Amino acid sequence: MDQAPGIALQLLQSILVVSAAPLVLGWVNMCRAWLQNRSAPSIRLPYYTLVKLFHKDAVIASTTSPIFRVTPYVLFGCMWLAAGIVPVLATDLPFAPAADIIALVGLFATARVFAALAAMDTGTSFGGLGARREMLVGFLAEPAMLMTLFTAAFISGSTQLTTIVESLAHREFAIYPSLAFAAVAFLMVLLAENARIPVDNPATHLELTMLHEAMILEYSARHLALVEWAAAIKLVVYMTIGFALFAPWGIAEAGDWGAMPLALAALAGKLALAGAGLALIETFLAKMRLFLVSEFLSGAFLLAVLGMLTHFLVRG
Amino acid sequence: MTHPFADLGVEAARLPGRLAAWHAPVAPGALRAAAEKARAQKGRLVALWASDETTRGAGYAVHVALALRGGLLWLTAALERAHPRYPGIADIFPAASRMQRAAYDLVGVHAEGGADHRKWLRHGTWPGGAFPLRKDFDAASRFDPAADHYPFVRVEGEGVHEIPVGPVHAGTIEPGHFRFSIVGEEILRLEERLGYKHKGIEKRFEQLAPEEGARLAGRVSGDSTVAYAWAYSMALEAAAGVEPPRRASTLRGILLELERVANHLGDLGYLGNDVALAFGFFQFWRLKEKLLRLNAELFGHRYLMDVIVPGGVARDLGREPGERLLRSLGDIGAEVATLRSIYDEHAGAQDRFILTGQVVPELAERLGLTGLAGRASGQAHDLRVDAPVPPYDELQVNKAGHTRGDVAARASVRFDELAESLRLIAALVHRLPAGELRVAVPTPVAGARGCGWMEGWRGDVFVALEAGEAGTLHRVHPHDPSWRNWPLLERAVLGSIVPDFPLINKSFNLSYSGADL
Repeated sequence: MDQAPGIALQLLQSILVVSAAPLVLGWVNMCRAWLQNRSAPSIRLPYYTLVKLFHKDAVIASTTSPIFRVTPYVLFGCMWLAAGIVPVLATDLPFAPAADIIALVGLFATARVFAALAAMDTGTSFGGLGARREMLVGFLAEPAMLMTLFTAAFISGSTQLTTIVESLAHREFAIYPSLAFAAVAFLMVLLAENARIPVDNPATHLELTMLHEAMILEYSARHLALVEWAAAIKLVVYMTIGFALFAPWGIAEAGDWGAMPLALAALAGKLALAGAGLALIETFLAKMRLFLVSEFLSGAFLLAVLGMLTHFLVRG
Repeated sequence: MTHPFADLGVEAARLPGRLAAWHAPVAPGALRAAAEKARAQKGRLVALWASDETTRGAGYAVHVALALRGGLLWLTAALERAHPRYPGIADIFPAASRMQRAAYDLVGVHAEGGADHRKWLRHGTWPGGAFPLRKDFDAASRFDPAADHYPFVRVEGEGVHEIPVGPVHAGTIEPGHFRFSIVGEEILRLEERLGYKHKGIEKRFEQLAPEEGARLAGRVSGDSTVAYAWAYSMALEAAAGVEPPRRASTLRGILLELERVANHLGDLGYLGNDVALAFGFFQFWRLKEKLLRLNAELFGHRYLMDVIVPGGVARDLGREPGERLLRSLGDIGAEVATLRSIYDEHAGAQDRFILTGQVVPELAERLGLTGLAGRASGQAHDLRVDAPVPPYDELQVNKAGHTRGDVAARASVRFDELAESLRLIAALVHRLPAGELRVAVPTPVAGARGCGWMEGWRGDVFVALEAGEAGTLHRVHPHDPSWRNWPLLERAVLGSIVPDFPLINKSFNLSYSGADL
């Protein structure tokens, strides 16, 4: 079988996700500003910020080890790889068999470990504080995430994301109660994992309340740019996982290049909707007390488990 | 002569002016007894400061201002020149502790007894043994910054660690250092270190003519410029023996309430921001900005600086602009009512507000919590009611109050006071009497005393003034309510978790500049 078109598609998709991620972030910020009765900043603002950061000289604390310096590249690399595994535009991805959903969760966990290590590496109290809180969120969010993915995997009988998407997209339209549970759980995990309100506040300047931001306080210039960029990619990857599991319509089938324009349009539309929805959630909700995060994520886990049980009940 | 403080064992003389204020000399040895008696009759400490009297052929002096049922009592204890020392009163009035430490750093008067003797305002920018507020200290002196050692109280135990925060923060806020001792996320102890904004304001007063002092007083704490300018003017007018015209007093009332409205709007927005409810933040700040622009248009300054001057006010409010002011405030009041219902019904925000940063009334009473935060903890003191000066003597001000003493209570008091201030402004604009805006203020005679005491938005702002020879100021002490409320913040956070601190701090919103001087 000729792999060339597949590889081309693979490259195209990765580059698309990586380059469009700041745009999605800009869109979310734009929607949020509108919802707060503000005049919105340009949708390209995240790009300008990245360019600005890449032009600055990096300041690195003299107490840090190489882990601190390597971490931004590891984060960026992990997210880029994740962007290559998730079927965003088409299901025909040569890389996809390399990793299933469990490996995907592992990829995110790797990034988290490095982020936490780098934060503690600085030796500042905020770094340790942020790392500790991030691990709290992580160890609660990961099982919930896995459960959500397993629910979808049971329906399609595979833990391969491409197979899941193909089987979900191909079935006649039916409402799976188990997927409804899983979708809510997934949304909660998405908010927690991407440091969004109500778990974290990406816009805060209050050091003591930060989760994700506290970990990256010591980064500057290109390192900060990569960390921020990786966070934007992570958000888009999570959104596209969500689309793949719960709204796979419009995605191009294997080898079907003619469906690409439609797939692109569908993806843009879905991202726009998801971004607006995220802004809406962030406008309505306040940030919860840190210790309620564990209840929030336990709730997500419970919903995911319920989803899985529902699957067996309905089928049985 | 009869005076309301006879049972304190002091001989008090009424100070001139409309404020019910009295002055009494007291022997250093009798200071504690007077303080104890004052405390027994639910008196409260307002301020403690020291002065250098060596140019008057004496030694030094320590001054204590107490709020009693009969009014304000200003006690002065003369101290010897060679070893100025007095018995400390921090065990009677805990808020006195930092004031005693500041008095030592600035004037070198030593509080005896089991007091805290660590430095407070001195941060290595001037050497120990140099006392800036002494008359022989040259204000132009420069010192090389020295290493700054400050022994924080350590908390020991398994898993206890410290988080140092500040003085440089991630946002544009004033500098202050907070040392948290925590286990996990729980706060075991918070210790504040302030004084980073010490800029020698009290020394500067001594180089100014009395009338110029109002401008400086208006800059002690920018968000309370009206309250400070009024308190200073009140003190100077009392010392000089004049009274502002009725129209000026009424305008001062309008200005002070406008300041209260603007600050409460800002704080309510900040409370939303700190729980990541950005919607509330932007709505309240939109309203605040609207008010500030109106201030600039009507009175020439967004924050109303220098509108109050000794003898009266510098700007008038005509009939038509007055109507416009009331229309705008009416709109603001309607929007605030809507926003209040949004805050009150927002489950997420209320979950963060309720029972966070609680100061129960007993603790507030014992430690002397004052002002807005005090009223949220059952301390129903408001000078506009308790010691009214014109125009408040003609108004029925409704005290706001709450007893739960948490962030939600402080927010609720802000909402209530905001609505009350809007009502007061309308009443004042409607009864604005005709007449002069300003009277001439003669130079006070040497040794004349006056004090100003005014309920600013944060709490009672106090200014004590003593005139010197040949139209100078001998000593001016502006005193911010934050002095007494900062220590309570250390208590309010106990048992809370670290990420709740910014919210609790903002619910007090204390002044650094006003207390660092």
